[in-house]
Amino acid sequence: MKTSMLKKGWLYFLLTTTSLLVFFPVLYAFMISFMTGTEILQGRFLPQTFSLDNYVKVFQRLPLVNYLLNSFVVSLSVMFGQLVVCSLAAYAFVFIPFKGRDFIFFLFISTMMIPWEATMIPNFFTIQKLDWLNTYQGLSLPFFALAFGTFLLRQHFKTIPIELHEASQIAGLSRFSFFLRVILPVSKTSLVTLGAYGFLTTWNMYLWPLLITTNSSVRTVQIGLKQLQSQEMSTDWGVVMAGVIVVIVPTLLLLFIGQKQLQKGLSQGTIK
Amino acid sequence: MSGLSIQELWRRTLNVRTASLYLFPSILLFIVFVFYPMFRTIYLSFYLTDQNGNAAIHVGLENYAYLLASSEFLNSMKATALFVLYTVPIGILIALFFALLANEKLRGIGFYRTMYSSTMGISVAASSVIWLFLFHPSIGVFNRVLLTIGMPQIQWLLDPQWALVSVSISTIWMNTGFSFLILLGGLQNIDQHLYESARIDGAKYFYRLRRITIPMLSPTLFFIITISLINAFQSFGQIDILTKGGPTQSTNLIVYSIYREAFINYQFGTASAQAVILFIIILIVTILQFKLGERKVHYQ
Amino acid sequence: MKKVELIDLSKSYDKQVDVISNMNVTIEPGEFFVLVGPSGCGKSTLLRMIAGLEDITSGTLKIGDVVVNNLPPSKRDLSMVFQNYALYPHLTVHQNITFGLSVKKVKKELRNLRSSEVAEMLGLTEFLHRKPRELSGGQRQRVALARAIVSEAPICLMDEPLSNLDAKLRAQMRSEIRRIQRQLGITMIYVTHDQVEAMTMGDRIMIVHEGKIQQVGKPIDIYNCPANPFVATFIGAPPMNLGSLSMEPNTARLKIEDHFILQLPIEEAMKVPNKNLMIGIRPEHIKPATIDMPENEKFHVEVTNVEILGNETVFSFQLGNNEWKAKWNGQWHIENGDSIPICLSVGSICIFDGETGELIRKPSEVGSFVIQKEVLL
Repeated sequence: MKTSMLKKGWLYFLLTTTSLLVFFPVLYAFMISFMTGTEILQGRFLPQTFSLDNYVKVFQRLPLVNYLLNSFVVSLSVMFGQLVVCSLAAYAFVFIPFKGRDFIFFLFISTMMIPWEATMIPNFFTIQKLDWLNTYQGLSLPFFALAFGTFLLRQHFKTIPIELHEASQIAGLSRFSFFLRVILPVSKTSLVTLGAYGFLTTWNMYLWPLLITTNSSVRTVQIGLKQLQSQEMSTDWGVVMAGVIVVIVPTLLLLFIGQKQLQKGLSQGTIK
Repeated sequence: MSGLSIQELWRRTLNVRTASLYLFPSILLFIVFVFYPMFRTIYLSFYLTDQNGNAAIHVGLENYAYLLASSEFLNSMKATALFVLYTVPIGILIALFFALLANEKLRGIGFYRTMYSSTMGISVAASSVIWLFLFHPSIGVFNRVLLTIGMPQIQWLLDPQWALVSVSISTIWMNTGFSFLILLGGLQNIDQHLYESARIDGAKYFYRLRRITIPMLSPTLFFIITISLINAFQSFGQIDILTKGGPTQSTNLIVYSIYREAFINYQFGTASAQAVILFIIILIVTILQFKLGERKVHYQ
Repeated sequence: MKKVELIDLSKSYDKQVDVISNMNVTIEPGEFFVLVGPSGCGKSTLLRMIAGLEDITSGTLKIGDVVVNNLPPSKRDLSMVFQNYALYPHLTVHQNITFGLSVKKVKKELRNLRSSEVAEMLGLTEFLHRKPRELSGGQRQRVALARAIVSEAPICLMDEPLSNLDAKLRAQMRSEIRRIQRQLGITMIYVTHDQVEAMTMGDRIMIVHEGKIQQVGKPIDIYNCPANPFVATFIGAPPMNLGSLSMEPNTARLKIEDHFILQLPIEEAMKVPNKNLMIGIRPEHIKPATIDMPENEKFHVEVTNVEILGNETVFSFQLGNNEWKAKWNGQWHIENGDSIPICLSVGSICIFDGETGELIRKPSEVGSFVIQKEVLL
């Protein structure tokens, strides 16, 4: 049955209006980031010129390059940390039959029921005692272990036939080389999904960096935004929005490139 | 003899020993950053603490008694409950609507999918700053629109009547992207043959939606409801940037309340008691979800 | 070329039920040895024990003259082909073939040389740079084969390697595997549930049922003299007909299912104990009775089903509680319900012990079915 023209038109109308509605705030922020103070006050939607003044200003007022760099370092560390820690755990759950596996698995599940916010007070003091306030490891290390990530990878590892393991045993491959040389390359897609997810969530993290960064040495862009907003409040929205755009571009790009992959990967890891 | 049995034991435990090597990083991190702090939080909730978060005076359940009698905390609980009620059902319905639209096979659908999922790539801080501007009393879009159509303007974030609603609206927007992505994934996992056979039977769109799509999507819906509920209880960034819990504490959601109690007022004991209550709420929500879900959800 | 010795080999998972119990067999160097049995009989478990993928609960496993019970698979100097081929999906055909060699740190030039030799032998040369998913089932099977051959291990284990192929390809691969095994002279241990594969490929076959060895021997010997009713019905298609049998000790007359009566030579009757017996006869040994036969050697049966398979005709009839089948050469126009005269030759029947199932009397005439090629010269 072919979709009728009328139905098609109606669908396109709905799609276009709703998606514009969803994207409007971002689009508007983008426009504002090019406007002068007076233009904003006039309530215009389009700037008269696309001048980069606001972008220049925001980099002058905040150590934004520094913040961006910090965010990249922290996000990449969490991403790689999660990939290593989660893939090791998932491998043990799938390819090593050991006593107590169900119990350990239950422990992993139970961590999902403990909200991070309920544990942040002792965690803050732990980091303080380790003298890790204002350090990259303080920002990233607590997030390396991730039950969700372990499940996502476990789900994919389970689709790998056990005979691959046996064949490589006969070939004389050690367990760890099998993990490195077969499991990881075969699971590339899931690793990419988890990596993108880890990067995205860490880049966007707010509360933890707010707690454990007290100076600009390792402060991330999200905290930079808060700073910018409280400094520039009611004075120069164009500069603030320029900051916002700079901060969201990396993750938006990542999302646009990986949208399909992320959608498939996430729904695989969460259901079943 | 004993040498042999030790050797035998060594060989038999090979798998456990290997597995523990692979699991060691995860388990260590979970112990240090999840299990230990959870018990520590529970422990601290029975104490008054000094400035460095050390237990000073054992007070038993007094922290809890104090909280349950404090109008401030009860108010925060109420605000949290309302916030969850405002954001979760509407947020999921909107995301489901988008996912159904975006699941149609049309030219250029990829573009729309990207648009719908875009908010997932925007941090809470960035979103909040954008919405702070949209809600701006004089130059914000909403009041401009109201002005144009001749309606009275609203003090979105400053009016205690409206602040929680405003925060909820922005939160719904922030969470649409993720829910949309998960639901779309769920829709695409539905076996197309089901629709073909329904078409042969002559079933109309809404009939198919009610009888095939929703039941087949139920595991995904169930998952996204649980995640959304938990996320809603954990909201923090938008409060910190949009309202700071105000006005008159009308948006003082529980995590913000914990944050303030602990890191602004240095009352780690009562903050821990609140954290324990948050933990219990989330535990109950998850358990309830699973209990209800088991019965209602259709798994393939 | 190495022999493989199984001495009292047993396996149990929960220390109660044996999946493999007390197996004793020696697989000779360079032999094509087939393990055959219905699914779940333990033949794959046995193969995996030989490979080192499963622990041995008790008994001794020797490869060459070395006890290998506790050696890891890689130290046993063997190769294995899996039912689902177990090809590494992220590697090309070439990389798959040389994977084991590179693990063993064989020099790159030598690796490439051996890979191209083997690819040549199996007709894979043009696919060397493809990934497994770009190959057909038959090609994947060849890659799995190539991977086993390239290791130059003296022993090769195969676990139902042909069961994922279609019938035509399977027949082709059967002879190809046999040819390669002969050419390289490797010891082959081959697991299958398909008795045709077992019969056509094996130098010797071993029939396994419920974790126990039923019979070991040359295919044709097993066909002619099955050790028990299980083997009798498992090997051969249609299977050997079975029925109850009793003997009158005085007259040495055999009564089959209380219907047919056969005269056993008196001197043979002495060897048959007077107890519960069972008869077995191959369908092709049930012959049409000719008009000039004495009436007491003819039996009349009512046909219940007829299948004409081109040059031979198989028809069924009910005898007691069993359905028997007869296989005759040529195209016979027989209809359901027809009454057909048949005859049985006492020389072609097997007699089994009714309780233990043990073969008591081998068919005496089998020699007359074996035709030496000399008659053609």
